[in-house]
Amino acid sequence: MVESALVGWSRAQFALTAAYHWIFVPLTLGLAVIMAVMETLYVIKKDEFWKQTAKFWMKLFAINFAVGIATGIILEFEFGTNWSNYSWFVGDIFGAPLAIEGIFAFFMEATFFAVMFFGWEKISKKLHLASTWFVAIGSAISALWILIANSWMQHPVGMEFNPDTVRHEMVDFWALVLNPVAVSKFFHAVFSGWMTGAIFVIGISCWYLLKKRETRFALASIRVAAIVGIVGTFAVMLSGDSSGIHVGKYQPMKLAAAEGLEEGGTRAPFSIVPGVEIPGMLSILATHDIDGYVPGINNILEGYTTPDGDVYLSAEEKMEKGKIALAAFSDYTKLKEVDPQTAAKARQLLDENVEYFGYGYIESQEELVPNVPLIYWSFRVMVYFGSFLLLLMIVVLWMEWKGRLVNMKWLQWVSLLSIPLVYFCGQAGWIVAEAGRQPWTIEGLLPVKAAVSSVSVGAVQTTFFIFVAIFTLFLAIEMRIILKAIKQGPETEE
Amino acid sequence: MKKLILSIWNFYADGFKNMTWGKPLWLLIILKAVILFAILRVFFFKPVMAGKTDEQKSEYVRTQLIRS
Repeated sequence: MVESALVGWSRAQFALTAAYHWIFVPLTLGLAVIMAVMETLYVIKKDEFWKQTAKFWMKLFAINFAVGIATGIILEFEFGTNWSNYSWFVGDIFGAPLAIEGIFAFFMEATFFAVMFFGWEKISKKLHLASTWFVAIGSAISALWILIANSWMQHPVGMEFNPDTVRHEMVDFWALVLNPVAVSKFFHAVFSGWMTGAIFVIGISCWYLLKKRETRFALASIRVAAIVGIVGTFAVMLSGDSSGIHVGKYQPMKLAAAEGLEEGGTRAPFSIVPGVEIPGMLSILATHDIDGYVPGINNILEGYTTPDGDVYLSAEEKMEKGKIALAAFSDYTKLKEVDPQTAAKARQLLDENVEYFGYGYIESQEELVPNVPLIYWSFRVMVYFGSFLLLLMIVVLWMEWKGRLVNMKWLQWVSLLSIPLVYFCGQAGWIVAEAGRQPWTIEGLLPVKAAVSSVSVGAVQTTFFIFVAIFTLFLAIEMRIILKAIKQGPETEE
Repeated sequence: MKKLILSIWNFYADGFKNMTWGKPLWLLIILKAVILFAILRVFFFKPVMAGKTDEQKSEYVRTQLIRS
């Protein structure tokens, strides 16, 4: 059995890298749309002001992109070095989407990015505008493939386990792509990027208002960003609602952990904060029915029957089936050359229990419960900060429309200081999604302790601290370049 | 065809040549690529199963999974 310290450090390193990567991605997704809308206004209104406005935000987009580029590649390094069992076990399920993403991103970036930055005076306005929109759409599509791969880990579909190769093989590409978890996750992640871009633009624009400079530029940017942000936030809420249904259905332990719900039932309450609840709200969120049954942590561990008569196995029963699957896998391996008939029986036993394969590694049912306080509070940070930011964008847009924002210093300060909140929101969302999935790397099939490579803890610790140093350095460089560009300001004429 | 390739080449060449604030960003990208691929990848992130054939990889992971 691998050391728990190795699992812990490998997870910490992956979490650090993924969290760092997610600092840059949402701003890329959001700013791309905002600058595309601004350029559209330039083409429609034929007003040079909108061109300069779009160009300024493109500059910040480029800085963010340059620092963020390739941070995702580090995750791939970690797959090969620290998560080699996992990387092989997932087979082409992960490889295919990532290969598509790599090829697609390369061609997108090499063509439309270049046209967007180099082509202002060389191609027609409409062709340039099309390139900018392709960058925005392409960035979102590029995120699609990694989210499909991630969603497969949350809810594995469209594959079969091959014990000869010890890999999962894709049998239904469209089941993988149209995985309901992937669909809601894609929209949730992309539209949360719109929120990030909007809050970033509003915050920076308010800084200009506080400094009493670039007023027309700042107010115009706020108008566009707030509209994009409000639309994005409502889309985040809709996709989040759909995500809640999927988590309730496919990952009930994650939902129970996010609510700190020990004993479930019908009319399950939603916890505002510990001790303050809205009766029936969790049932509505998880099933769209106030009488819907939501299992709690203890129900999931002990097994339960829904009011509709659906029976769910206890943790002990799943662990028993997992051990049968694991033993059958071992027997099949040993016997397939020497005793094909017994091997065939072992293979059949494996196939019958393969959906519980990962439970074969679980030693006690407590291992199946993720870190409840972490998931509970991360979920609330995401929802409460997100709600506050929606309210802020509505108020800012309203005040701008009424012509009062320019004199409301407190609101300008609140907007500027809210920039970090949108990042906390996004990071908290990923903590719910990923830490809430524990102990699984692939839900039900592979726990983290079986997915990790047999490497020394010291090696993982070393690279962890190297990453901390490198990431801090690059983040400081980005902040410096971005702040310099902001201080310099746009080249618009007031 | 040759004319098309030449005009694409000129488009990129002019773009890079006339770049102003983009130059430090490219330096940053190159610096990062060197750190990632020439240092981290080479010295710290050697794939555990590098150099193995697919059969050997299957066998290695099989042993790991059965032993875990």
